[in-house]
Amino acid sequence: MSNKMSKRLRIGVLYSRVRVEEKWIFAALERRGLDYERLDDRLVHFDLNDPEPWRQYDAILERSISYNNGLYACRIFNSWNIPTVNSAAVAEACGDKLITSALLARANVPQPDSRVAFTPESALETIDGMGYPVVLKPVVGSWGRLLAKVNDRESAEAIVEHKATLGSVQHSVFYIQEYINKPGRDIRAVVIGDKVITAIYRKSAHWITNTARGGEGELCPVTPELEEICLKAAQAVGGGVLAVDVIEHADRGMLVNEVNHTMEFHTVQPLSGIDIADTIVGYTVNMAVQK
Amino acid sequence: MNAVTCPECGAEITLDASVETGEIIVCPDCGVDLEVTSLDPATVALAPMEQEDWGE
Repeated sequence: MSNKMSKRLRIGVLYSRVRVEEKWIFAALERRGLDYERLDDRLVHFDLNDPEPWRQYDAILERSISYNNGLYACRIFNSWNIPTVNSAAVAEACGDKLITSALLARANVPQPDSRVAFTPESALETIDGMGYPVVLKPVVGSWGRLLAKVNDRESAEAIVEHKATLGSVQHSVFYIQEYINKPGRDIRAVVIGDKVITAIYRKSAHWITNTARGGEGELCPVTPELEEICLKAAQAVGGGVLAVDVIEHADRGMLVNEVNHTMEFHTVQPLSGIDIADTIVGYTVNMAVQK
Repeated sequence: MNAVTCPECGAEITLDASVETGEIIVCPDCGVDLEVTSLDPATVALAPMEQEDWGE
């Protein structure tokens, strides 16, 4: 037996808020009798030259609600060779839609037509070239915030000007996607490691189907087509514990819309009956053992 | 006692037995988000406002 196996593993859970997902994760850690510590990302601080206080952790499960806090913490942990779920590279790839799209494109994963421009003028030229409607998305952001469906040139001019004038510098990276007239739903698939463990439809009459915006869930069968595209998408961003959001296009089939690295699963877990929290904990333990 | 007072509207709120530190509850009177900052004694504070980089 290796030293690692004979020693009691210690897991850190970095979090910002105790949402229902974190409660389920803490409960799973306790049921497994694991030694773990809750690390509030508002209270932690790091001396970059002194990793010793953190070496007690064999792995860190990152559940920060803040993309920046989670990403930078993972970068620090990974620089000290402390594994994180997910890795900083995966967090960066998923947390920035531009990077996600670039990696999906490199791996030939079908996705909506996505363009990028850096000035209002070039953004408007790009949008005109794509044709209306299009969707403007912040490269970093979640829960369907600040998505804008742009129906015509006048709206495009207004939104682009507002983003350039009122937004942070990141809003001047114009990420433009074709608008897809999806059938009142999209698909969220949960990928852990090399398995698609379950999937749900997220239904809404609104074009934003995110359940954080009131979309409702319904179990979705994991077909071979769904499994293949989700595993390819997960692999493209580096793999780990991921939620792959898929849009069904009437002609082009399934398209990957985004990949989330700190997924919420308050809708998926009760609908599927699968203990996603425990599966995540199991994955984290494996990561700790392999360190 | 797990009773707290809403810092926004003064309502008396009894915390559910399963509530944990760090959890967000909603004041049943005024609807504001409150973070449970301690359980013994029970305390709450106005929850942080949603930031631009929050999400999943």
